[in-house]
Amino acid sequence: MELKDKLVSSFMAFENNVDVESPVHDIRTEAIKNFETKGFPTKKEEAWKYTSLNSLRKIDFSIFPKMENTLEYNDVKKYFLHEIETYKIVFVDGIYSSYLSETTHDGVDICLMSSALTKEMYKPVIDVYFNKVASKDESLTTLNTAFSREGAYIYIPKNKMPKKPIEILHFATGNEASLMLQPRNLIIVEENAEVQIIERHQSLTSNNVLTNAVTEIFAADNAIVDIYKVQNDNASASLIDNTYIDQKNKSVVKVHTFSFGGKLTRNNLNFYQNGEYIDSIMKGVTILGEKQHVDHHTLVHHIEPNCESHQDYKGIYGESSTGVFNGKIIVDKIAQKTNAFQKNNNILISDKATINTKPQLEIFADDVKCSHGCTIGQLDEDALFYMQSRGIPVKEARALLMYAFANNVLQSVRIPELKVRINTLIASKLGVNLGFDL
Amino acid sequence: MLKINNLHAKVEDKEILKGINLEIKAGEVHAIMGPNGSGKSTLASVIAGKENFEITEGSVELEGEDLEEISPEERAHKGVFLSFQYPVEIPGVSVTNFMKTAINESRKAKGLKEMPAKDMLKLIRDKSELLEIDRKFLSRSLNEGFSGGEKKRNEIFQMAMLEPKLAILDETDSGLDIDALRIVASGVNKLKSKDNAVLLITHYQRLLDYIVPDFVHVLHNGKIVKSGGKELALELEEKGYDWLKNEEVV
Repeated sequence: MELKDKLVSSFMAFENNVDVESPVHDIRTEAIKNFETKGFPTKKEEAWKYTSLNSLRKIDFSIFPKMENTLEYNDVKKYFLHEIETYKIVFVDGIYSSYLSETTHDGVDICLMSSALTKEMYKPVIDVYFNKVASKDESLTTLNTAFSREGAYIYIPKNKMPKKPIEILHFATGNEASLMLQPRNLIIVEENAEVQIIERHQSLTSNNVLTNAVTEIFAADNAIVDIYKVQNDNASASLIDNTYIDQKNKSVVKVHTFSFGGKLTRNNLNFYQNGEYIDSIMKGVTILGEKQHVDHHTLVHHIEPNCESHQDYKGIYGESSTGVFNGKIIVDKIAQKTNAFQKNNNILISDKATINTKPQLEIFADDVKCSHGCTIGQLDEDALFYMQSRGIPVKEARALLMYAFANNVLQSVRIPELKVRINTLIASKLGVNLGFDL
Repeated sequence: MLKINNLHAKVEDKEILKGINLEIKAGEVHAIMGPNGSGKSTLASVIAGKENFEITEGSVELEGEDLEEISPEERAHKGVFLSFQYPVEIPGVSVTNFMKTAINESRKAKGLKEMPAKDMLKLIRDKSELLEIDRKFLSRSLNEGFSGGEKKRNEIFQMAMLEPKLAILDETDSGLDIDALRIVASGVNKLKSKDNAVLLITHYQRLLDYIVPDFVHVLHNGKIVKSGGKELALELEEKGYDWLKNEEVV
């Protein structure tokens, strides 16, 4: 059976385990209808021209994880930012692991979507926020909405900041031959509040995993939100990561995406600026090899005047890897004094690697500053010779140049231990050990 | 130390060096002068091992070892240093980190451990004082936004850090004002010893007032057409290069 049919026919079984009377379920029902009509996107659609889901659609994924699977902390410690204290929301094969997690209700809510969707006390919040910024017609988003039940729920009230960063981790153990996961996260950061979140999806075996995640983020006036997406999964794991961000006046939301692995990764990152003096920042470092594929699709919708957006994506593509960058910026007619900047610089270090990069600007206002720049190049031979002539071997010289290339993006990482970790990851991806940190 | 025998070299099918013979012994300073396009910078690049320069005949030997099959980084480990005419800008890598990497890679190649951070800092401090380099300068990205003079001074700072056996200074005087020239020359003079050698490549005699050569060679059309002592440089300054060209025709 094709994956679409399997998903649609599984919806009834899913309904046996959720409250079909709740308003949330009306949303799910609408969503499955949309997915049933649209199905998986194909390469005929402009937004999916360079990313094919064909091979994934033929895999017989298990849609519901069977049972709770335990993991020893020591076996997975390396995937956590264990150098510092963090809150942790951890899922193993899609099921919450209380053993590995550290949640809190002390002044802030850092807990589970399943609680938020079912407990009466969260109802007022869910009514206001759930599925309010996520797309109601993009098929993969609606697929996630239809099966939304579990994930992270984070609520930071006015003027609050959690004591430590929050890690959201999803492990796949390989209990199933092929497993599909659909986590749903809701993150609400109220006025003048602040939060730092690290997300990671990690498969622990070579069994197939497909994750179709949706995260909704609401940043109220003056809120500050930092999201770090660490994508370094193994060669049989694919991720479709859909993030929708609603920003109000003077809020600052930064999303860093570090894409270092996985079979197929699609990042749909959507910002909606529903206020003035907003800053939206997207940074990305992509380092790929083998036959890995990463597709970054960003959207910034400038709806109100006096806002800014900054995008800076760097890519290093080796072996037969492929990359896509598609950055769409919409500036509405009333969104005067918008400053929108977009940069995508790529280095191809193999003849077989490819990158498709495309800026897409739709500007309806006349008093705006918008710039975009895409480059695709090789490493500078003169710079390589210069470094070699100082005794730096060509391999290290290449690494140093690539390091330097990615450097700008790391500067804005505000958790020092994470910065060191990413730095180390970059070094290991480039196959060298440099004697210093950038 | 360096022995060049009947060296012919080409770049993209164009023969530039057409039979160069040169021997440099430890403790000596040689200057190669010549008009533009005579092959001076090509000679420097060939000795340092730049990839697209192909040796078609003859050889370059360092302490008896043929360098042809040896990579630029290994040549550096063996003590060859080239001060670039046009140093490359490398954004994102600070001068300090660049030097740390260069020194530790050379040590690694010699089977030595990395230099302790304390020693490295002291070395950087001492050598930057020698070249009168502001400490702030060392945390800037390598050569990025440096003035012409700053770039050249930075090259000699790197030479001081790496303490090469054979230093080739390619047009190090170009782009330097007189004060910077004095600082750079004094740095080179302080680094000179009986165990190392310097090859100066220059168009003008000016640098040779400050770094006095033992031998001067005139390169023209890919060949050394005249060699002599330091007085040859003065003669060239007076008469210009045309005089040599004419002599060659005769």
